Amino acid sequence: MYGALWRVLPGPWWVRVLILLLLAAAVLYALVTWVFPWVDTIVNVQEATVEE
Amino acid sequence: MTSDALRPRRKPRPRRRISIIGIFGELLITAGLLVVLFLGWQVWWNDIVVGGQQATAAQELTEGWGPVEAAPPSNPEADPVDHGEPVVSAVAEHGQGFATIYVPRFGADWQRVVAEGTSMADILNDPALGVGHYEGTQMPGEVGNFAVAAHRQTHGGSFNQINQLVVGDPIYVGTEDGWYTYRYRSTEYVLPSGVGVLDPVPQVEDAAPGDRVITLTACNPLFSTAERIIAYGVMESWQPQSAGPPAEIAHFFQQGA
Repeated sequence: MYGALWRVLPGPWWVRVLILLLLAAAVLYALVTWVFPWVDTIVNVQEATVEE
Repeated sequence: MTSDALRPRRKPRPRRRISIIGIFGELLITAGLLVVLFLGWQVWWNDIVVGGQQATAAQELTEGWGPVEAAPPSNPEADPVDHGEPVVSAVAEHGQGFATIYVPRFGADWQRVVAEGTSMADILNDPALGVGHYEGTQMPGEVGNFAVAAHRQTHGGSFNQINQLVVGDPIYVGTEDGWYTYRYRSTEYVLPSGVGVLDPVPQVEDAAPGDRVITLTACNPLFSTAERIIAYGVMESWQPQSAGPPAEIAHFFQQGA
């Protein structure tokens, strides 16, 4: 999977590394901005109140 | 240079074949990485981001109360002024931020909005609120129990350092009507069902209240919801908005702050 990604990318190794870093940054941004807040509403187990 | 001559060179490339197990393994590694990233985001990064937003919201709420003048320095230590019986604000609507709270022990810049109600989704998890007032408990300055809840971790982690309070630590509460200074007294650990901490006299059912108590609740231990940590304080003094905020939190309201 990641091996195939590496082979698909053009250019010398440092260009590929650069592209991968940019891709990783984009993925991280999407996760933090949209995915994690959404997951948080589903798996929220934090409680802080006392109730009957 | 015929194609026959090149053929043997191409031989050692069969590993290009994609194996199902290989892809499955990489997917598992990716999933594990995502879970670790999410946990890091939830208990660390997002607390910093949301905590900052909640502090900004508290600052904005006080600006809505008109010009909060830090001067003249009242210097209550040297010249305590008795402002009489504390004014008690009217009970706010559910979800409305009606007060701000300051605990210097949680950080010199720590400030939060207190909203009416303690529901998770719309109050305790809200990046513009964060601290919730238990509906039915008393208001700031009122005889009885002003009980509030906040997360200890996640969603701003407002009461993260609730276990580090030291006897005598000030807990300042501000409303449109004035400033209420509470002093931290003691900590108690209860089960999540321990609603006795919300009684007008905490843990004494049907007792006639005489003190003005503040009760902070959060979850305990860290990374768990098995118990609740409860911090109590007792009101020490009160001053109206016209007298300005207490000296220790006046830096929030200085010009350009």
